Amino acid sequence: MAKLELLQSINAHKGIVWNVSWHPNGNIFASCGEDKVINLWSKENQGWAVKTMLVDGHQRTIREVAWSPCGNFLASASFDGTTAIWDKKSGQFECNATLEGHENEVKSVAWSPSGQLLATCGRDKSVWVWEVAGDDEYVCEAVLNAHNQDVKKVVWHPSLEVLASASYDNTVKIYKEDQLDSDWNCVATLESHETTVWSLAFDKTGERLATCSADNTVKIWKEYKPNNELGVSVSDKESSWKCICTLSGYHTRTIYDIAWCHNSGLIATASGDDIIRIFKEAEDSDQDAPTFDLICKKYDAHSQDVNCVKWNPTANNELVSCSDDGQIKIWKFLDE
Amino acid sequence: MKVADNINPNVYEKGSVREVTKSDLDEELKDDFDQREIFDIIRNISDPEHPLTLEELRVVEESNVIIDNENNMVHVYFTPTIPHCSMATLIGLSIRVQLLRALPSRFKVTVEVTEGTHVSEHAVNKQLADKERIAAALENNNLVQIINQCVRSV
Repeated sequence: MAKLELLQSINAHKGIVWNVSWHPNGNIFASCGEDKVINLWSKENQGWAVKTMLVDGHQRTIREVAWSPCGNFLASASFDGTTAIWDKKSGQFECNATLEGHENEVKSVAWSPSGQLLATCGRDKSVWVWEVAGDDEYVCEAVLNAHNQDVKKVVWHPSLEVLASASYDNTVKIYKEDQLDSDWNCVATLESHETTVWSLAFDKTGERLATCSADNTVKIWKEYKPNNELGVSVSDKESSWKCICTLSGYHTRTIYDIAWCHNSGLIATASGDDIIRIFKEAEDSDQDAPTFDLICKKYDAHSQDVNCVKWNPTANNELVSCSDDGQIKIWKFLDE
Repeated sequence: MKVADNINPNVYEKGSVREVTKSDLDEELKDDFDQREIFDIIRNISDPEHPLTLEELRVVEESNVIIDNENNMVHVYFTPTIPHCSMATLIGLSIRVQLLRALPSRFKVTVEVTEGTHVSEHAVNKQLADKERIAAALENNNLVQIINQCVRSV
């Protein structure tokens, strides 16, 4: 039997905890929420404890935090319309750059795998790509207006400079830089969800994407490159993304977040029904029509909506989650 | 000044006050929330445009409240006075805020337009179901003031 064992439960913030983010070394994570505070947690003998509190960076709710791949920078996206970049060059964490430009709430922020690019998105329907131009300097490379509603989430491909975004307009979009004119373009629109797409996660290879929605389903998409063996038609020399699996009937309320572990291949979901679920791909799964089984269902994982789930990047099967109930929980996944 | 969408709405009589029964006073008895209690929480919310309650305008009715205590679920359907009512989202938001403040946090509250009573029913429902947008709206002081005026007990 597979199970999620609770390692620690922390009263972390006043009000909603919106997001948590693992440091690349897996020994630190950041959390943020309604109370406009960013907490940095590290593991000590007694368990996870607050090491640093970052206050006064934002005027309103902090919706998401993200560590740069090198682990030296933390970005925070806020409803106040700004994204702050924090680092500890001076010895302690300070906000040394603020990215402004979105008209209103910034909903998500993500670093590219090289750490040279940053993406933000928000309720103004746009996705912005920023380039790290130097010490504390960030230049806007592109403003992408492909969505026609609130953009909920941006996520980068695990190894390439390919960006994906999820929106209230029910679609997911993929963007790439055109090598000829350096313009960023939307190269694919993934349509199938019936309502808001809240989050998305690439698998280890970046050739598959999992998305979750207020339609209570999870969808798995696969990239089909030009001249693929299956004969999926591809236009404009760009890949086409096809929905190859829909997990429906498992969730009873909105799925707010999804995490695809790059070590174990397990998929975890955070849902408005207070449950954390873990899915595993079947061993004999067909690559073009895969089967995923629900192997673990943690009822009352939190006492209110679960907003975020993240796998520890260091392959120790640890999972961190946070909720409207103000709590953060650390779990260990055990497959016995 | 902006003229109200529906200048001359139908006005209905208020229902009676809930009578206190013997079992209500019995501390030993398990007392779950019922339809009537939820209705009592929202019936006196004011309409944003008229000096009338949502009950008097039949925007909310007891029969349009669904409660499932076991599954911590409350579902409220509200009926805009006219199908083009531009205040529908604000009214729905007031109902949501009032229930959010009055009910224990274990309840999952859904507020929706009664089916077929508003032209942009789907868009209004989608917005009211999006807790992130609700959270952002509730950080807007002007909007919170307007909502507080609506939910202030009459």
